[in-house]
Amino acid sequence: MTLNLDAQVPMGETTVQPKAQREWAKIGLILLVFAFFTVILIVPVIYVFVGAFKNGLTGFLGTLSSREFLNALRLTLMAVAVAVPLNVIFGLCAALVIARKSFRGRTFLLSVIDLPFSISPVVAGLMLVSLYGRQGLLNPVLQAIDLKIIFSFPGIALATILGGMPFVAREVIPVLEEIGSEEEEAAKTLGASGWQTFWRVTLPSIRWALVYGIILTTARAMGEFGSIAIVSSNLIGRTQTLTLFVDSAYRNYDSQGAFATAVVLAGMAALTLVIKQVLEHLYAQRHTVK
Amino acid sequence: MTLASTEFCQFNRPKTVLQKVSIPWIVVFTHMSVILLLPLVALLLRALVLNPAQFWALATTPVALSTYNITFGTATVAAIVNMLMGTLTAWVLVRYEFPGKRFLDGIVDLPFALPTAVAGVTLATVYNQSGWLGQFFAPFGIQIAFSRVGVAIAMIFVSLPFVVRTVQPVLQEVEPTIEEAAWSLGASQFDTFWKVILPPIIPAILTGTAQAFARAVGEFGSVVLIAANIPFQDLIAPVLVFQRIEGADIPGATVIGLVLLLLSLILLLIINLLQAWGRRYDA
Repeated sequence: MTLNLDAQVPMGETTVQPKAQREWAKIGLILLVFAFFTVILIVPVIYVFVGAFKNGLTGFLGTLSSREFLNALRLTLMAVAVAVPLNVIFGLCAALVIARKSFRGRTFLLSVIDLPFSISPVVAGLMLVSLYGRQGLLNPVLQAIDLKIIFSFPGIALATILGGMPFVAREVIPVLEEIGSEEEEAAKTLGASGWQTFWRVTLPSIRWALVYGIILTTARAMGEFGSIAIVSSNLIGRTQTLTLFVDSAYRNYDSQGAFATAVVLAGMAALTLVIKQVLEHLYAQRHTVK
Repeated sequence: MTLASTEFCQFNRPKTVLQKVSIPWIVVFTHMSVILLLPLVALLLRALVLNPAQFWALATTPVALSTYNITFGTATVAAIVNMLMGTLTAWVLVRYEFPGKRFLDGIVDLPFALPTAVAGVTLATVYNQSGWLGQFFAPFGIQIAFSRVGVAIAMIFVSLPFVVRTVQPVLQEVEPTIEEAAWSLGASQFDTFWKVILPPIIPAILTGTAQAFARAVGEFGSVVLIAANIPFQDLIAPVLVFQRIEGADIPGATVIGLVLLLLSLILLLIINLLQAWGRRYDA
C-alpha cells in the first residue's frame, strides 16, 4: 500500500498551500490546546480523585459516613429540592411570556432574568442580607411573624434559587421562538383551553430544552457557594451545605475530607455533563431523521 | 368588507391590560420580586442611607482601590488568555479531526458544572509550592498559589467555556470553501485569517470575552481558596465584600458590593449590545 497523505485533505487546498506546512500547523495547534487544557483543567480534575483516595478507600468512606458530611448532603439535597421545581415553574412562565407575547420592555425583562449570571455571588448574598437580614428592610415584619431567613435554611434556599434562576428560561426561550405559535393557535381554535394547549402541544415540543435547563439548574444548585457562604452561619452539621463543607474541611487541614466531598460534587458535575452529551446526541439524531 | 374579514379583525383585537395579566405573568413577577428585585432594591436603599461624600470615601479607601486594581487587572489577563485560547480551541474543534476530540469537546463545559469551591481547593493544592504543577515553577522563584498568578489561574478556569461555546457555532457556519477561494486568489495564510475568517467571528469572540471578564470579576469561591487574601497583594473586591460582611461592617460591604453590581450591569449592557451587533452581522 502506498502512503497517500493527500487523501486526508481536499484536493483543491494542496495546490495552493504546502501540505506539510499545514499538517504541522494543525498538529501544533492541537498540541497547544491540549497543553492548555492539561494545565488548567485536566490535571486539577485528576487531582480531585487522587486527593480523595490518598488514605485509601477507608479514608474516603470514613468521610462519606461522617455525620457532618451526611448533614451537609441532606441540606444540599433539600436546597435542590426546593430551588429546582420553583425555578422550573418560573423558567417556563418567563419563557411563555417572553416568547409568546410582544410587549414593550421585552428585552429589558430578558436582561433582568439574566442578571444572576452577571452578579457576583457575594453581591447576591449581600442583596439577600440587605432585605431579609437582622438589619434588613423586612426585619420588623419577619420578627413579627417569627420567621428566620438569614442564617437558616430559608436563606440557603433563596440563595440557591437566585443562582439557578435563568437556566430554564434561557434554554426554553429559543426553542419556543423557533417552533412558532401556529400549532398552539390551531389547538386554541379547536377549542382547547390554555392549560390543555400547554400540556398537549407546547410541552412536548420543548421537553428536551426543558430537561437540559433542569440539569443545568440542578448542577448550579448543588455547587452554589459564594452567596450561601454569606447567608448561612456555616454551623458544622447544621447550616453547612456540601460546598461549605469542602471549604471548611480544607481550611481545617482535613484535605482528605475536602477531597472526598469534592469527588462527590465532581461526580455529580460529570454526571450532568454525560446526561447533557447524551441528550444532545439524541436531539441531533432526531433532527437528522426528520 | 366581508363578514369573514371582520371576524378576523375581532379575533386579533388587542387585549385589554386586565386580560394580559395571566398566570405566567403573576408567577414571573412574584418569583422575580422575592428572589431578585426586592433584595436588589434593599441593597440600593442601604446605600442611599449614606450621603455621596460618605459613599465616595468608603468606595475609595486605599484597600478598596487596591482590590479594584487587582480584580480588574487579573480579570483582564484571564479574559485575554481565554479570548486567545478559547478561539483557538473552537477552531481546533470545528476544523480538525484528531483522537480525543470528543473528549476535549466534552470537558470544555466542566468548569460550569464543577462547584467553584471544588475548583478552588483543587487548584490551590495542585499549584502550591509542592503541588503537582506548582513544583515545576517553584525552583524559578515563581509562586502561583497564594499570589496574583493563582488568582488569574482560578479566573481562567471558571470562565474557560464562554469564548469556546460562543465562537464554536459561528465558526461552524463559516464555510471552508471561502478560505479556499481566498487562497486560490493568492491571499497569504495571514491575510486569509485576518480578512476572511476573523471578521464574521469577531462579534462572537468579543461577546464570549466580555462574558468571561464579567464572570472573572465576580468570581469568589475558587479565588478565595487559591489566594492568600492579603490586602494590596492578592485581595480581590468580592473577597473584600465577604470579609466586611464577616466583620459586620455592613456599610463598607454595601458600598463595594454596589460598585461591583454597577460594573456587572455595565458589562451586561455591553454583552447585550455585542450580541445585537452579532445578529446584525448575521443578517
